[in-house]
Amino acid sequence: MAKRTLSQQNLLSVGAIHLVLGLLSIVFLIPLVWMISTSFKTVEQASVFPPVWIPDPFMGGNYKEAWEYGKDQLGGVAPMLIYARNSLIVCILAVTGTVISNSIVAYSFARLKWPGRDLAFAITLATMMVPFPVLMVPLFGLFKDFGWVGTFRPLWIPAWFAGAFNIFLLRQFYRSIPMELSEAAKIDGCSEWGIYSKVILPLTKPALAVVALFSFMGTWNDFLAPLLYLQQQETWTLAIGLQAFRSQAGGAPIHLQMAASTMVVAPVIILFFFTQKQFIQGIATSGLKG
Amino acid sequence: MNKPGHLTNQTKAGLLFAAPWLIGFAVFLLFPLLKAFYNSFTEYTILTPPVWIGFENFADIFRDELFWKSLGNTFYYAFIAVPVSTVIAISLAMLLNTKVKGQAFYRTFFFLPALVPAVPLAILWLWLFNGEAGIINAIIEPIFGIRPNWLGDVNLAKNILIVMSAWGVGHAMVIYLAGLQQVPIALYEAADLDGASPLRKTFQITIPMLSPVIMFNVVMAIIGSFQVFTQPYIMFPGGAPERSTYFYSVYIYDAAFRDNRMGYASAMGWIMFLIILVLTLTAIKFMDKKVHYESN
Repeated sequence: MAKRTLSQQNLLSVGAIHLVLGLLSIVFLIPLVWMISTSFKTVEQASVFPPVWIPDPFMGGNYKEAWEYGKDQLGGVAPMLIYARNSLIVCILAVTGTVISNSIVAYSFARLKWPGRDLAFAITLATMMVPFPVLMVPLFGLFKDFGWVGTFRPLWIPAWFAGAFNIFLLRQFYRSIPMELSEAAKIDGCSEWGIYSKVILPLTKPALAVVALFSFMGTWNDFLAPLLYLQQQETWTLAIGLQAFRSQAGGAPIHLQMAASTMVVAPVIILFFFTQKQFIQGIATSGLKG
Repeated sequence: MNKPGHLTNQTKAGLLFAAPWLIGFAVFLLFPLLKAFYNSFTEYTILTPPVWIGFENFADIFRDELFWKSLGNTFYYAFIAVPVSTVIAISLAMLLNTKVKGQAFYRTFFFLPALVPAVPLAILWLWLFNGEAGIINAIIEPIFGIRPNWLGDVNLAKNILIVMSAWGVGHAMVIYLAGLQQVPIALYEAADLDGASPLRKTFQITIPMLSPVIMFNVVMAIIGSFQVFTQPYIMFPGGAPERSTYFYSVYIYDAAFRDNRMGYASAMGWIMFLIILVLTLTAIKFMDKKVHYESN
């Protein structure tokens, strides 16, 4: 806790800090405010110079127009609806797999003793250094052999096999739970699976929520993997659809681009506001325990 | 696993629990990594099998001007964006750590940009830096009397990506803020008794105490920024203007999936892996000497 002595000098410096923080807040918020402002403008007003901040007239209908933009190519169904549905399907499958698999694997690394465990964990950490581009070509070949190209499978099945970052994050958490709990359960005749599922798992819900959040963000934001595997427009996720929205057939006009972008950003920001505490704590833990 | 009868129950359970990752590691990581290594000595397309050509890919790569160009751009980005973002993140964290009223609000404001997904992020910044009607020029013109063509200027375009990375420092800021809150207050109190200036406290207490956190996050950030793909791919097709924004990951993607040179792309991928390996190990070695670790 910081010292709070209310000398005049302190009052002055507190005022200065507020001034700096306030100005910086404006700088950080301008781009988002500008995105939202443009999304409500007419096409003419969107590109006048010098720019107008408050849209006049206020075009709420831009969102409907952006939602349905290019629906003729999809037989009258709003493309954004298809993309959103696809993104949700991939996210649900990937998040479920990530939470289940990493929870089980991290339990093994944190609370079970087996020969070679520490070496395996060191190798696991080292895999964080492997860049995706080096795996990209062979993985594409592999998934092509599996017949998965063009389906959602390459985007969520690997999530069911855990990953270094989440194992690392959860292992830290599992290790902070006293071993005595496990030992007591064992004396009561619990199997390892029983100890994991009945004793430890209920205690790790907050950490699992963090893993689920990060996994959702990662999948929702992912562009490269869907770009590699999804060719048909009906299978596109929001990331791919939004990019096409901007680049294909001359591209949608700027006010609609901003409306569509806002619709992709909004779910993430809403999710953040509902889970702020876990979110912030999760990030702090992931960066500190290194 | 060759003598299951001799395994203790813990070993059996341990391996079973770890099985998803052991399989995932083998199938989705080790196998592709080794396959990419083998393929880097071959020539093939997605439809034809690999043909062994020895070191030819590597010889070609080192003669390839575009390889050096994309590598240079990537280094430029990684070694400017990461330090700039780190300094901004730590500065914001220190400002927030003064515990002024409304800290939570400011923290949220600074953090929000980090939530914006890569694709809308790219589209938004294209619009902000638009030379004709962008808000950046609307701010710059009245002050400096110029209207730079950000997106079309060889010397400016790359730096847009650095500004974008600086805008998204929220993630790192939260980590550093948590790190600052772990620095024992007693250290500052002792320094106050000695009459140390705020600047001196920053460089002799705050930064050294924060250094393990800084090290970990800088290494992760460099690994990440070396792979930057989505933003340049969307914002600057083909690395326009004049390849000044052509990045290494984009070149690998183009070599493999546009030019259908899978062997060449694999070789480039392995070179990237080796560069990251060397950078990371150097960073760890260098920081080991300088970093202050709490004795625990």
